[in-house]
Amino acid sequence: MARIGVFVCQCGNNIAAEVRTAEVAEKLKDVPGVVHAEDARFYCSNPGQEQIRKMIKEHNLDGLIVSACSPHMHEKTFRKAAETAGLNPFRVEIANIREHCSWVHHDPTKDLGTEKAGDIARMMVERVKRDRPLSKIKIPVTKRALVIGGGVAGIQAALDIADGGREVVLVEREPSIGGHMAQLSETFPTMDCSQCILTPKMVEAYQHPNIRLVTYAEVEKVDGYIGNFTVTIRKKAKSIVEENCTECGECIDKCPIKATSQFEMGMTKRKAMYIPFPQAVPGVPVIDRNACPKYVKDMSKCGLCAKVCGPQCIDFDQQDTFETVNVGAIVVATGYDVMPAENFPEFSGGKSKDVITGLHFERLASASGPTGGEIKRPSDGKVPETVVFIECSGSRDERRGVSYCSAICCMYSAKHAMLYKHKAHHGQAYIFYMDIRCGGKRYEEFHRRAVEQEGAIYLRGRVSRVYPRDGRLVVQGADTLVGSQVEIEADMVVLATAVVPRLGSKDLAQRLGIGYDQYGFYNEYHPKLKPVETVTGGIFLSGACIGPMDVPTAVAQGSAVAAKVLGLFSNDEMAREPIVAEVNRTTCNACWDCLVACPYKAIEREAIKNRQGEVLRYVARVNEGVCMGCGVCVAACHSKTIDLKGYSDAQVYAALAAV
Amino acid sequence: MKIPYYPGCTLSTVAQDFDRSARQSIRDLGVELEELSKWNCCGTSFPLTPENVIGLAGPGNVLIQAKKAGGTVSTLCSFCYNTLRRTNNTLKSDAGRRDVLASFLETDGLGDVKVLHLLEVLRDQVGFAEVKAKVVRPLKGLKVAAYYGCMLLRPADAAIDHPESPKIFEDFLTALGATPVDWPNRGECCGSHLAMSETDLVKRLSGSILSSAQACGADLLTTSCPLCWHNLVKSQEAILRDEGKETVLPVIYFTQILGLALGEGPEALGIADGVMGAGSVLKAKGLWPAAVPAGGKA
Repeated sequence: MARIGVFVCQCGNNIAAEVRTAEVAEKLKDVPGVVHAEDARFYCSNPGQEQIRKMIKEHNLDGLIVSACSPHMHEKTFRKAAETAGLNPFRVEIANIREHCSWVHHDPTKDLGTEKAGDIARMMVERVKRDRPLSKIKIPVTKRALVIGGGVAGIQAALDIADGGREVVLVEREPSIGGHMAQLSETFPTMDCSQCILTPKMVEAYQHPNIRLVTYAEVEKVDGYIGNFTVTIRKKAKSIVEENCTECGECIDKCPIKATSQFEMGMTKRKAMYIPFPQAVPGVPVIDRNACPKYVKDMSKCGLCAKVCGPQCIDFDQQDTFETVNVGAIVVATGYDVMPAENFPEFSGGKSKDVITGLHFERLASASGPTGGEIKRPSDGKVPETVVFIECSGSRDERRGVSYCSAICCMYSAKHAMLYKHKAHHGQAYIFYMDIRCGGKRYEEFHRRAVEQEGAIYLRGRVSRVYPRDGRLVVQGADTLVGSQVEIEADMVVLATAVVPRLGSKDLAQRLGIGYDQYGFYNEYHPKLKPVETVTGGIFLSGACIGPMDVPTAVAQGSAVAAKVLGLFSNDEMAREPIVAEVNRTTCNACWDCLVACPYKAIEREAIKNRQGEVLRYVARVNEGVCMGCGVCVAACHSKTIDLKGYSDAQVYAALAAV
Repeated sequence: MKIPYYPGCTLSTVAQDFDRSARQSIRDLGVELEELSKWNCCGTSFPLTPENVIGLAGPGNVLIQAKKAGGTVSTLCSFCYNTLRRTNNTLKSDAGRRDVLASFLETDGLGDVKVLHLLEVLRDQVGFAEVKAKVVRPLKGLKVAAYYGCMLLRPADAAIDHPESPKIFEDFLTALGATPVDWPNRGECCGSHLAMSETDLVKRLSGSILSSAQACGADLLTTSCPLCWHNLVKSQEAILRDEGKETVLPVIYFTQILGLALGEGPEALGIADGVMGAGSVLKAKGLWPAAVPAGGKA
């Protein structure tokens, strides 16, 4: 016979206001198997826990019900208390009589609350009777991390993990690390030069003994589970034997072919043999196979680069190669894109060269940009006398783009207005805005500076149309504070277009098995309390792949994620909760519905062999390292072969029968 | 091919040229506009207030007739098009208002109807390539400003094309051999029914539409809305009278241009001779047929 103890918590008045806890305890004593029942004010307090421990020993209890708040709150507390008293923690169950009873009902007589609390506790008694003692699952951990994306969030994560003494493989899609931050001119609110603060970090990552950079590469395939991932990386053909390259740049100088520079937002040309920008890390160039005549004209003659290359490291026949790495944790830091100006035909985006995005403006203002840092408009190179900035282009308006706020535009538009004023003293900046959202340290002061000292004219309202007229751009909009329509003749229009997920973000999420929202931003495990974790163990997030964010937040996330990874790597083995699915091998008929249903790829095919080693049949097997205990396979199983430990069908039925 | 057709009040009274030119020219394309056997006023803007249910009865009745006629209805007037399309969308998405209206009208025939503008019929049913093939008098050298106004484009879920960068009207004009003008004001409001109370405002709004089209080189402006037509023409008359301006931008219905390209005579289409009508422009471009028997082909 079971020896079960029931502890009914009053939770101050939270439960006691609706439930006569002493009466519940008294009635539970009549349930077969219950040898002790009592109530108290706060069992989660230290004296409360001590009382539970004392009773376990005094009554030699082998199972425990704590009738209290949600198991999300204190299940861990009570299981731990029981464990220190020698009881298996998985023989402890919580009867939730607060969220499921006292908080959601009101009956002045307390009769209904008392009755329901008794029912809930009785259900849990039946369940705990059938609880098997479980022990935590131990998983070996490979102490190497993969970081996907070499923007500032990924670089920071890689550096901090590497400084913590662990190996990092940093994979970057472009030929150089640096991400969008390398494109920025100055950074708000301190106005320090973006490249000046970023390039030292890029070089540090390159030279760090614990970091291996794999650039011009993408994650092709991910297998395994927390602590034990196997990742296949596709290394795109650079057409250069990287190990031999001295980064001398001769081949770039001699290359006669020009192609559009994506780094410069299409506002200037680069060579077909190129590095994206002068401070690129690594400085090894790649051949753009969409531009080089060796490829687009069917291996026609050019080959100038190969002729001038001293170490002879140019290889036109190079193919994409695949590398497999074993890692224990994956950090996803794939960043963001901005909506293209072409999305806004009403603003003449894509029609007029002088209607550009904020990222274009960053390049125009950057000393290393196509204009050498002078603000010149793309169409004719004239210094614009009037520039109109349009905030929320595509943000906060589902009809025209996305429903969310892109978070960084208020600040960078203020910065743009300042930079413009610094570089073109006679110029006038107008900024159309919906609301000014500058909620960061020293952010509001920065915005006020743009208004008060730099003379930017802020107009609260939306722009309806921008159209070309006589070489200028007519901006029509509303000033809702004055209550009138405004028309401004501008020389250039800068759209603060919405921050959107990086192209292909959903595709990568599916390969990784992590969640994403309707737009393709990755889902955190919990938006407040687990902001850099995903629901998939061992896969973490950092930076703007989660949502729009500024540089300080992305860097903070990089460090946060490194702490998580280093924590995971601090033990040779990791322990996890044993609430996982298990398969009854004798009844499994190998229909594989569970395998299809499992969202975590936790179900494998197991061969049943005879003594001669011949395969007799296959059955499903749960990989306990991967299983998250969601129970989808249990529902999918036709033959009732799969059960969830701690939540078996027998337990659920017995609990229901107790009501 | 036969398509159920809802003319609406204005086309049956003050804009008969619009109605007649449409029926005639679409017949030339092998399509018959079959007028609904029973119809009433669409209710114009009245049904569109969000809390209104009873106002939906007018357009609801028209949609019931359209459903009886096979589930599709075509119309010409931008306002009727907008009202019917939006009412249809409301009845599709708002079960509460649909049920109230259904019990009021004592019908179970409220459901999804396809509301088409004639431009959509030309694009999707007939096909602009087919229209082009049937053109006998290509409108070479005629620069036309396609004026969408509000009701063909707003709100987005009732729009005939992309609400910010539509091209259906321009594609239509290109099929006829004309040159559509690239001009910024094609989706601006003419002042609509404020013509009743704020004539100065309407004069200003319509005036800026006309001058924008002229500045971009338009020889004439075409519309599919009798109210826009009225505002643009009356404002132009007032501007000419009050401000002593001399240049005129004739305003004609798109079906009149269509008929002209298909070889119909100006008289049959109701295209007026003279300065305010398109006559003088068409003559200057050599597109005015010399001697045409009334109602006959050139």
